[in-house]
Amino acid sequence: MSNDIRIKKGLDIKLKGTAKKEVFDLPRTAIYGIKPTDFHGVTPKLTVKVGNKVQAGDILFYSKMNEKVKFASPVSGEILAITRGAKRKILDIQIKADPKDVYKDFEKKDPSDLNTADIKEFLSEAGCFPYFIQRPYDVIVNPDDSPKAIFISSFSTVPLAIDEVFAMQGMEEDFQIGIDAISKLTEGKVHLSVDGNKNSFFNNIKNVEIHKVFGKHPAGNVGVQINKIDPINQGEKIWTISPQDVAIIGRLFSTGHYNTTRIVAFAGSEVEEPRYIKTKQGVKIDHLYDKCITSAVHEMRIINGDVLSGKWVRKNNFLSFYNTLISVIPEGEHYTFFGWMPFTQNKLKSISRTFFSWLTPNKEYDLDTNINGEPRAMVMTDEMEKVFPMDIYPMQLLKATLISDIEKMEELGIYEVAPEDFALIDFVSSSKIEAQEIIREGLDLMIKEVG
Amino acid sequence: MEKFRPHYKKGGKYEKYGPAFFGIDTFLFVPNHTTKSGAHIRDGIDLKRIMIVVVFALIPVTLFGIWNIGFQHFSQLGIEKGFWELFGFGAIRFLPMVVVSYAVGLSIEFAFAIFRGHAVNEGYLVSGLLIPLIMPIDLPLWMLAISVIFAVIIGKEAFGGTGMNILNPALVARAFAFFSYAGSMSGDTVWVADAAITDGVSGETVLGTLASGKEAGLSVMDMFIGYMPGSVGETSVLMILLGAGFLFFTGIANWRIMLATVVGGAVTALLFNLWGLNSLMEFPWWQHLMVGGFLFGAVFMATDPVTATQTSKGMWIYGFLIGMIAILVRVFNGAYPEGMMMAILLMNVFAPLIDHYIIKGNIKQRKNRLEKSRLKA
Repeated sequence: MSNDIRIKKGLDIKLKGTAKKEVFDLPRTAIYGIKPTDFHGVTPKLTVKVGNKVQAGDILFYSKMNEKVKFASPVSGEILAITRGAKRKILDIQIKADPKDVYKDFEKKDPSDLNTADIKEFLSEAGCFPYFIQRPYDVIVNPDDSPKAIFISSFSTVPLAIDEVFAMQGMEEDFQIGIDAISKLTEGKVHLSVDGNKNSFFNNIKNVEIHKVFGKHPAGNVGVQINKIDPINQGEKIWTISPQDVAIIGRLFSTGHYNTTRIVAFAGSEVEEPRYIKTKQGVKIDHLYDKCITSAVHEMRIINGDVLSGKWVRKNNFLSFYNTLISVIPEGEHYTFFGWMPFTQNKLKSISRTFFSWLTPNKEYDLDTNINGEPRAMVMTDEMEKVFPMDIYPMQLLKATLISDIEKMEELGIYEVAPEDFALIDFVSSSKIEAQEIIREGLDLMIKEVG
Repeated sequence: MEKFRPHYKKGGKYEKYGPAFFGIDTFLFVPNHTTKSGAHIRDGIDLKRIMIVVVFALIPVTLFGIWNIGFQHFSQLGIEKGFWELFGFGAIRFLPMVVVSYAVGLSIEFAFAIFRGHAVNEGYLVSGLLIPLIMPIDLPLWMLAISVIFAVIIGKEAFGGTGMNILNPALVARAFAFFSYAGSMSGDTVWVADAAITDGVSGETVLGTLASGKEAGLSVMDMFIGYMPGSVGETSVLMILLGAGFLFFTGIANWRIMLATVVGGAVTALLFNLWGLNSLMEFPWWQHLMVGGFLFGAVFMATDPVTATQTSKGMWIYGFLIGMIAILVRVFNGAYPEGMMMAILLMNVFAPLIDHYIIKGNIKQRKNRLEKSRLKA
C-alpha cells in the first residue's frame, strides 16, 4: 500500500560538488574513533581502558542514564587513547585497528523466531540501540519504551545529499532483515518513506507501510514525514532510524556480526574528487580527505554531516556515528563592500528575489560560510513559514522557546520538532537567528522539566 | 576602516561607541562574520538589503512627488514652467524634510543603540523616507522634527526598538502631527506649497472637496498619474503601482496584505455606491482606491511585517479590515478624510489579537488530536 505525500513549502539548495556515483573502497586505515559527543544527552560510563584489546561489537561504554543503551566498537583492535576535554568530559575513544576485523560472535538469528523482548535484548547486547532516535526530543531511545510507530526516511533532500538507493546497492537483503527485526519493536506500523520520483528496491520492501514523498527539502526529513503521516501527540513516542543503520542491524541478524560497513558521500565545492567511499563507522576523516582533495586552494570548512545541520570538525576528527555525508565548503571570512546593494552578489542563493539568482533555480552554487549579514531583531515575520512545511507556526514556537514558556511550547508543538527541521530557517532568516540552537535548548529544557 | 575596528571591539578604547561605529562599518561592508553554529551556509539576504529594496521601491513616488509639488503650485497660479524648474522647486521644498527626518531619527537610533549596547537596526532607513512622504509639503520643519522624535522614542524605542513596536512608526509620526498641529496637517490650505500665503492657490485634496459636498473635478487620468494635491508620496497611482510591482517582484512585501487591503476597500466602497447618500458615498468605488493615500498605505504601510499580522491567514483578515475601515472613516467622518492612517493604526493594534486567534486554532487542533488519540487508547 502506498500513500502519496506532497510537500509544497521548502527550498532546495543545490551546491557544487555532488558525489560522483562510483564507490571507492577505502583501504583499511590505522585509527578509528567513537565520539560520545555524537549522542546528545548521553553521559558515557566506560567499560574499557587504554591498552585493552577489543573485537568489533565489544561494548566500549554505556549510558549512565540507561544501562541498556550500549555502544560497541566499530572495529577490532587496541584502545589507543581516551581523549578528555574540559571537566574531564570524554571527547573520543580511539582504537588502533587490527589489519583485519575480528568480530565478536553474537550467533546469527532469524528475527521471525524471536519475540519483542528477545530482539530488544539482542540489540542491546550488540550496541544497536543508539541507532534509534526518539521523537520528541531528538535523543537516543529508551529501550523499555514501546513506540507508537517507527519511521524510516529512505532518501535525503539536504544539499549534497547522499543517494541511499545507490549507496545501498548490495545491502538490500540486510535492509529487509533489519526491517523484519525492527517491526517487532512496535505495536504500530513501520513507515518507510521513499522518493516519489524514483522507483527502487525500497518500494518493494515488505513488512512496512510505504509512503511516496514528493517535494523540496525538507521533504526528506523524517520529522516532516511524521508530521504529515502520524503526528506526535504529547506523551507519545516515535522511533526513527536511518536506512544504512537498518542494514547494520540486518547484518547483525544474518551474520551474527556487528559490521558497521557504510557508504559515505564525500562532497562539496572544495572537493576535487567528490565521490562515495566504502568504509566503516568512526573512520578518521583525514583518510577520506586525502583520497578526495590533493591541494587545498581556499581556507575550508569540513562538516561532519550536511551543510545545514552538520558539525564543524577538523581533519583529525572521526566520522560521526550516524553520518553518511561529509561536506567541505570554503570559509567565508571576508568583507564585501556595499554587499547589501540589491541585485549585486548574484553568486549567492536566496529565497528573496533581490538576487538575480532566482532566475536559475537549478544552478549549482559554491556558497561559503559567511553569514551575509549580522544578527538583528526579527523583522521579516513571514519568511519562516515559507520554508516550514509542518502544521506548526515556527516563529511563534521559537519565540515561546526563547522565553522558556513551557506551556506555550507544548501547545505550539515542541514535541513534534527536532533541530534539523529548523535548519532551513537558520538559512533563510534575514535576521540571522540561530533557530536550530534555540530549538535544541528548548528540547533540553523540556527533558529536564517534563521528561 | 580596518585600522579603526580594533578600537571599537570588546576591550578596545572606544568600546562604548562600538554600536555606532559598527553601524557605519556595516553600512559600508557586509561584515566578515562566519557561521559558528547552526546551518553553515546562509541566505544572501539581510535586513539592510531588505530595507534598501523598500527605499528603492519608494523612489518613483518620491521623484514624482517632488515634481508634483512644483506642478501643483505653478499650475494653479497659471504660470507655465519647464520640467526642471518644477522639479527644482519641489526639491528645494522637499529635500530639507528628508534631511531633517533622517538626521533626527537616525541620531536617536544611534543614541539608543549606544545606550543599550546593541547593534543599530536598519528599520529607520525606510521610516525616515516614509515620514516626509506622508506629510503635507508646507509642514514646518520643527514640527516634522518633533513628530519624528515622538515616533522614534514613543512609537518604537519605548517598546524595545526595531521588531518590537506595535504601531507603524511612520504613521505614529503622522498621527502625532495630525492631532498636535491640526492646522498644519489638514484643511484646504496645506496640500499645495504656499497655498496658505498665496492668493489663487487652493490646497484642497479630492477627499476634502468631496467632504464639503462638491464634485471631485478631476479626471480619472489625473488621479491615476497623480496630478492632484496631497501628501508628497500619495498622489500617483501609477508610481505606487511601480513600487508595488518592485516589492512584489523581489518578494519583500507581502502580497497577501496588499491584495486583501485593496479588496476590502473595494468591497466597502462598492456597498456605499449602492447606498449613495452623499457625494463621498457616490464617489465610484474604484476611484476611492485611487485617492487619499489608500494605495500608498496598502503598499508601503500596511505591509510593514513588524506591525502587521504575522500568520498567513491573519494577513487576509488584517488587510481586508484595513481597506474596509479606511473607507468607513472616510465616508462617515468628513472631518478626517485620512481614513487610511486611522485604519492602519487601528489594525496595527488589533493585529496581535488576530494572530492570537489564528494560533489558537492551531493549538486547538493539536489538543483535539491528542484527545482523539487518548480516546482510542
